[in-house]
Amino acid sequence: MRPFTYARPDAAADAVATLAADPDARFLAGGTNLLDHLKLGVVEPTQLVDVTGITSTEITELDDGGLRIGAGVPNSDLAADPRVRERYPAVAAAILAGASGQLRNMASTGGNLLQRTRCAYFADPTTPCTKRDLSQGCSARGGWARYHAILGASEHCIATHPSDLAVALVALDAQVQVLGADGARTIPIAAFHRLPGDDPTRDTVLAHGDLVTAVDLPAPTPAVANSTYRKVRDRASYAFALVSAAVALEVREGTVVDVRIALGGVAHKPWRATTAEAALRGRPATDDEFRAAIAAELEAAEPVESPLGGNAYKIPLVTGTVVSTLRGLAGGVA
Amino acid sequence: MTTMDARSMGTSVRRIEGPDKVTGTAAYAGDTVAAGTLVLHPVQATVARGEITAIDTSAAEAVPGVVAVLTHRDAPRLGDTGDPEHRVLQGTTIHHRGQFVAAVLAEHAEAAAEAARLVVVSVDEAPSTTGFDPDAEAYTPAALGNGQQADTLVGDPDAALAAAPVVVRASYSTPMEHHNPMEPHATTATWIDGRLEVREASQGAELARQTLATLFDAEVTVRSPHVGGGFGTKGFLHAGTVLTVLAARTVPGRPVRFALGRRQMFETVGYRPATVQHMALGAAADGRLEVVAHDVVGATARYKEFVEPAGGSTRSMYAAPHRRTSHRAVPLDLDAPTYMRAPGEAPGSFGLECAVDELAVALDLDPIELRVRNEPDVHPENGLPFSSRGLVECLRTGAERFGWSSWDRAPRRRLVDGWWHGVGVGCGTFPAFRMPGSTAEITFTGGRYVVAIGAADIGQGARTVLTQIAADALGVDVDSIAVEIGSTQVPVGSIAGGSAGTASWGSTVVEAADRFRDKYGDAPDEGDHADAATPDNPWAEEYAMAAYCAQFAEVAVHADTGEIRVPRLLGMFGVGRILNPTLGRSQLQGGMVWGLSMALHEESVVDPRFGEVINHDLAGYHVAANADVRVVEAEWIDEDDAYVNPMGAKGIGEIGIVGVAAAIANAAYHATGVRVRSLPITCDDFLTSGLL
Repeated sequence: MRPFTYARPDAAADAVATLAADPDARFLAGGTNLLDHLKLGVVEPTQLVDVTGITSTEITELDDGGLRIGAGVPNSDLAADPRVRERYPAVAAAILAGASGQLRNMASTGGNLLQRTRCAYFADPTTPCTKRDLSQGCSARGGWARYHAILGASEHCIATHPSDLAVALVALDAQVQVLGADGARTIPIAAFHRLPGDDPTRDTVLAHGDLVTAVDLPAPTPAVANSTYRKVRDRASYAFALVSAAVALEVREGTVVDVRIALGGVAHKPWRATTAEAALRGRPATDDEFRAAIAAELEAAEPVESPLGGNAYKIPLVTGTVVSTLRGLAGGVA
Repeated sequence: MTTMDARSMGTSVRRIEGPDKVTGTAAYAGDTVAAGTLVLHPVQATVARGEITAIDTSAAEAVPGVVAVLTHRDAPRLGDTGDPEHRVLQGTTIHHRGQFVAAVLAEHAEAAAEAARLVVVSVDEAPSTTGFDPDAEAYTPAALGNGQQADTLVGDPDAALAAAPVVVRASYSTPMEHHNPMEPHATTATWIDGRLEVREASQGAELARQTLATLFDAEVTVRSPHVGGGFGTKGFLHAGTVLTVLAARTVPGRPVRFALGRRQMFETVGYRPATVQHMALGAAADGRLEVVAHDVVGATARYKEFVEPAGGSTRSMYAAPHRRTSHRAVPLDLDAPTYMRAPGEAPGSFGLECAVDELAVALDLDPIELRVRNEPDVHPENGLPFSSRGLVECLRTGAERFGWSSWDRAPRRRLVDGWWHGVGVGCGTFPAFRMPGSTAEITFTGGRYVVAIGAADIGQGARTVLTQIAADALGVDVDSIAVEIGSTQVPVGSIAGGSAGTASWGSTVVEAADRFRDKYGDAPDEGDHADAATPDNPWAEEYAMAAYCAQFAEVAVHADTGEIRVPRLLGMFGVGRILNPTLGRSQLQGGMVWGLSMALHEESVVDPRFGEVINHDLAGYHVAANADVRVVEAEWIDEDDAYVNPMGAKGIGEIGIVGVAAAIANAAYHATGVRVRSLPITCDDFLTSGLL
């Protein structure tokens, strides 16, 4: 592990200024991902800037009926908040589907959105990875690609984003509050994470030194109140998603009035299934319609073949997961 | 012949060191860090095969806090144990990725790690093969990993298969698996005036002592009071221990500590090698087997052979006049495989017991009835009578308890809340051994009997059970016994391995107790003393001795996603006398959980481009989590075996795993109609079957 310095500024603006002045400095919040990467040599910052004392740990009501979640709110507290549980069930379910109790106690809301992919090659500095170093190649292609992307990948990177919470936030059209060197701004969550394209080193649109200060949940709609998060994984708990779905559904008299579908485990970012949503709106809430809608979404899918395990299975898995979850929200057997 | 009377044996005496463990005061090998201890961080090969041409340690040596950097150029020469794993820093050849090629000693861990990163190793890389291809060129090993012969043949299996009315031919595969005990290996070594003192996470302090004494030609003391799981990986010493002792030798008087990180557990301490098992069963229309053939192709390491004896237990499971087992090995440029809990039996029972299930389907016969019809009267290969054999009783009592008969035998019949449910059975056996070479010493002092023997408590409860055995053998209460184990400062003990620890140490303790009572009666004086070596079992050549089990599984497979869960496991065991029901049940259940984990989760994925296991941490290599383990019941039949040992106890360390993966795979077939012949079983097996 390379030596680094540790700073604990008193104000968010100081933290942002410190990072802006040092391209190799990093924010430290819960540390549940960053500390692993320090030990593994995945990242080698010169300076850690601890923001745990300066980002809000409060969940407050917004005037429009929504909630503002401070970036420092621990995942455990967010999942346990009665308002979140009642109004945004998909958010609570997503958090509880991830990690372990101990990790959720440490992990922050902002940090959850900024965690890095669990691609095994990214986490192993002895294997090439474009996400760690643009000059290298992607080892996951032709390698162990069971967990990797089927949508929106590039030749440089087929990693998936690991956050469960982010998938739920994308389905709910959350807004991310950011403080940067030029002041505060708001980024819609759907535009927050990015596809790998030519630069997989960047997971989000944030600039170096941008600090996530809060996440805003918009006022709940009937669909959002009828939302859930379904995570499919190789063991019953404590594993990253093979595929997950945050789904919100409003059905009136057998017809889909409103639907939101966001997918995890399929792309470099939480994947809003807008094609499927459009195909379902105004249609009968039946298995056949659900299946046709997700099939339309997956027309763009490009599974990866690999001698060590490809991911073509994710196409029927996404289909089964989404159909089952929609069916459950419509009152059937999930 | 009768077994000895039991007063304490058979009761649930509480684990003696339990309070120390749950309060965190039990010191494991890596827990005690004396002042002045140096931290070792290794430098490891990043290619699978090659020759070191140069090592530049200058940058590493310049890191503040670094005391020494050791390479093959300056490492002390070692004696020869005959084990290539022990030839640490003795030459320039790289045999596998992760091999230790240098070591840094530093005052603290961060400096050691940073310096290790700065060591520049130049390597002339050679072509390597690290991916297992069962169709690659293979050889016949001189012996299997457990010493058994590679091949056995009775009758004419091929002709019998050609003539058999019903034949099942299928191939089953099991992946590379790593032990991953909760406690990674740890060594603290100190050289004091030419003597070596070692604290080691070990399944056998005496074996460790002998190995180190040979390597270093020195007087050695090994302490191993508590061990956080071994499962075979802490039996024979691995390179990390040798490296630590080697490095410590360069800094006499200073303790050197090396606790492996989890990733290092995937490259230097062994694993269960992958197998492909070609099964052929031929039966008459009534289900009686005419032929059993089990042909195994398995991976091994090129630099050190260990061949998984996957066909071994097939030699004794079922009667059939024509029979064959064979083992072929494909050498790979990986670190060496080793014993892993039920070596041979665990993967081998997957092949055999799934094939038997497929035969039952082909015959339209209940799989329990099929097994009962093929129960042998004597050992089917060597003709010895069984000292006891509880397989049929395990099947019948287990079926009753499990509610087997309430299930329609046809597959794909029960859909409950979106999950397909089914049940399956798988059986197994594990030999009842006794290892020679222990000595037990009993001294009466301070009103108690001190029983000293170099046994190892690796979590199985040896300390407690030996106390119970000693109490009954001496005719006193357990409170009058003080057992001293876990080091070379007490008389020698064989290793905790082969499910033979209790049988071996216990037989020795009973022998010493008998001598003690012969000499002193039941009212000894202060200082009275007797000892004994492990007695031979006079029946060892007269009877076939083994534990048996029948494992029952209920499986649920999600109708939309293919997720597989195991809501219920029941293991019925014929294992002789259970010496401590609480500890015994825990050990059997632990084995069953391992079997579940093997069935659904465990797989080390080697990326041959890099020569390493790429899912080399516990996020990538899954073991069953609490939520995967639902109802797991372990029960046993009453079995009085007067031949295995005076206690009448067969080993239970490994039998718990055996047959579980087959039971789960068979239940998955029953649930869905999808036959999965490759472990682990995951959702994609069902999603791509077209049947969901």
